[in-house]
Amino acid sequence: MWDYSEKVKEHFFQPRNAGVLEGANGVGDVGSISCGDALRLMLKVEPETDIILDAHFQTFGCGSAIASSSALTEMIKGKTLDEALKVSNQDIADYLDGLPPEKMHCSVMGREALQAAVANYRGEVWSDDHEEGALICKCFAIDAVMIEDTIRANNLSSVQDVTNYTKAGGGCSSCHEGIEEILVKVMAERGDSFKPGTPAKEEAKPAGMTNLQRIKKIEAVLESVRPQLRRDGGDIELLDVDGKTIYVSMTGACAGCQMEALTLQGIQQKLMEELKEFIKIVPTKAGALSRASCNP
Amino acid sequence: MEGIYFDNNATTRVDEKVVEAMLPYFTEQFGNPSSMHSFGNKVGLAIKKARMQVQELLGAEHDSEIIFTSCGTESDSTAILSALKAQPERKEIITTTVEHPAVLTLCAWLEKDGYKVHYLPVDNKGRLDLEEYKKLLSDQTAVVSVMWANNETGTFFPVVEMAELANAAGAMFHTDAVQAVGKVPLNLKDTKIDMLSVSGHKLHAPKGVGVLYLKRGVRFRPLLRGGHQERGRRAGTENTTSIVGLGKAAEMAMEAMAFENTEVKRLRDKLEAGILAKVPRSFVTGDPDNRLPNTCNIAFEFIEGEAILLLLNKFGIAASSGSACTSGSLEPSHVMRAMGIPYTAAHGTVRFSLSRYSTEAEVDRVIAVVPEIIAQLRKLSPYWEGDGPKEEAFAPVYA
Repeated sequence: MWDYSEKVKEHFFQPRNAGVLEGANGVGDVGSISCGDALRLMLKVEPETDIILDAHFQTFGCGSAIASSSALTEMIKGKTLDEALKVSNQDIADYLDGLPPEKMHCSVMGREALQAAVANYRGEVWSDDHEEGALICKCFAIDAVMIEDTIRANNLSSVQDVTNYTKAGGGCSSCHEGIEEILVKVMAERGDSFKPGTPAKEEAKPAGMTNLQRIKKIEAVLESVRPQLRRDGGDIELLDVDGKTIYVSMTGACAGCQMEALTLQGIQQKLMEELKEFIKIVPTKAGALSRASCNP
Repeated sequence: MEGIYFDNNATTRVDEKVVEAMLPYFTEQFGNPSSMHSFGNKVGLAIKKARMQVQELLGAEHDSEIIFTSCGTESDSTAILSALKAQPERKEIITTTVEHPAVLTLCAWLEKDGYKVHYLPVDNKGRLDLEEYKKLLSDQTAVVSVMWANNETGTFFPVVEMAELANAAGAMFHTDAVQAVGKVPLNLKDTKIDMLSVSGHKLHAPKGVGVLYLKRGVRFRPLLRGGHQERGRRAGTENTTSIVGLGKAAEMAMEAMAFENTEVKRLRDKLEAGILAKVPRSFVTGDPDNRLPNTCNIAFEFIEGEAILLLLNKFGIAASSGSACTSGSLEPSHVMRAMGIPYTAAHGTVRFSLSRYSTEAEVDRVIAVVPEIIAQLRKLSPYWEGDGPKEEAFAPVYA
């Protein structure tokens, strides 16, 4: 069973704005029937102001596809078209308190339906340039097509290259066999053969951060989530960084709250994206850690 | 756990009598059956008993034909890899497009090592073409691996006949029978089946134990080496508690065989007829006249399976689906695709699999709930309008 957030469940069980919208003047039909999703987004736009007065959807898809559609309609109502187009798929996922990596494409479909509906309203033709493959890297949600395209475009020949360019394989490393298989296939196209142990391209190597730079980045990520935590009467504090383990303490209303695990998961994801490496976030009580680290 | 469990092809509850039989082997009878003292000896005898109970269920000629393993997947891998190792001059495998991933994924991996794998297609009811099969058999065929009953649709394959044909061509025959064992009377001694896989947890034994049946005289190359257990054919200290449990479960399956094929089948048929009568645009997948007595796989057009499962779960009903989204892959079930079921229906397939613990009241409840759920989701579907598919076909821009 997927580990859906309460927000996803709520939007699936009680979808907002479902069904046909009478008098819609912008309609976007997008889908990927092979992966089991299709979505019609209907907008009623006020011509004078470009404001979206109402938005409805119909979705053929799984729980998170329906929840993403429902969330999207809520997010764009009352916005102008240009404001609405700024809603990214990550925004949709964030609105739902996150989606499992396998389900991020559901939010992508929502974003595409929005583009298609706006194009339809403006009398333009929208064409989809997004192709999606099987999910390879579950840590960073990178699919096969993305990896293939990147290998082709940059002449990559090692798993490390692929990780440097796409992040795929930079986490738990269980997808390395899958990445090697893609390398074998794509390298054969250019008459090359994959050799394990090929060093990564020099220029693609990440510059490597000093400890201080890393800690500053971590602080910056925590700073960015702090306002949201404070709004709920809580806070987060960085206690220590030990290699790939980041110790934090949750204080105030956040400590022991039901959403604590979910919140930390979201922060961990953000940190991984910023640091471009696999890290683990561990909630700890402030006192406990200082004693432990004094006693190696 | 309260609720209606109609997902017995995924796993079954361990029968309480099975648990009871197992319990002493955790504590008082904890010995290693290989040990030269009475702690070990008693456990050795318990394993011997379990082996005979499984022998009885499979209709095997000798108890030494029963090799205990850790699961159905291990049995499948062992059988296929052994057949290839034992006949290095033969480089081809024949299997079907609808096998369990335990076989298909292994075959795809073997292709990379230069083996030729033939995948027999199925028709729209999930049936194999035996003429096509005969053409593929040759002196190059090392092993044929065909499941006894399909896990998604329950459809039976004519494995007894196929084993004879393989035998005539000098090829080994393996069948993954994890869904069939306990539901179909077996008499392996009268067949040409060389190897057969069993999974304990599909027949009310615990998870983590399986069996490979290996007909006496069939050349064999072990997968796990390093010990004399299972006569050197599967090294590693025996999972004694689970083996004892599987023995007990096998004995109980023998007793319940008739019940599975009468009462469980009657409930399954009632469930199926009840749902089909109340839900328009739904149909049974697979071969309705030739399948497991407990399994029913229904395609609900124009809606998606995971959404159905989530709503069923809200009503405390457990089932499974062939939709892409339940597996984390992008493709719907390979079984549905192999039968040529259109995407709009393949994504909406739901498998209900009953057991001897299923009740009439549960069936009635599911029949009452399913039509509501389907109607609710169809209201959300862009393919649907009122009581049927939209007149003007919904044709989205596909990614």
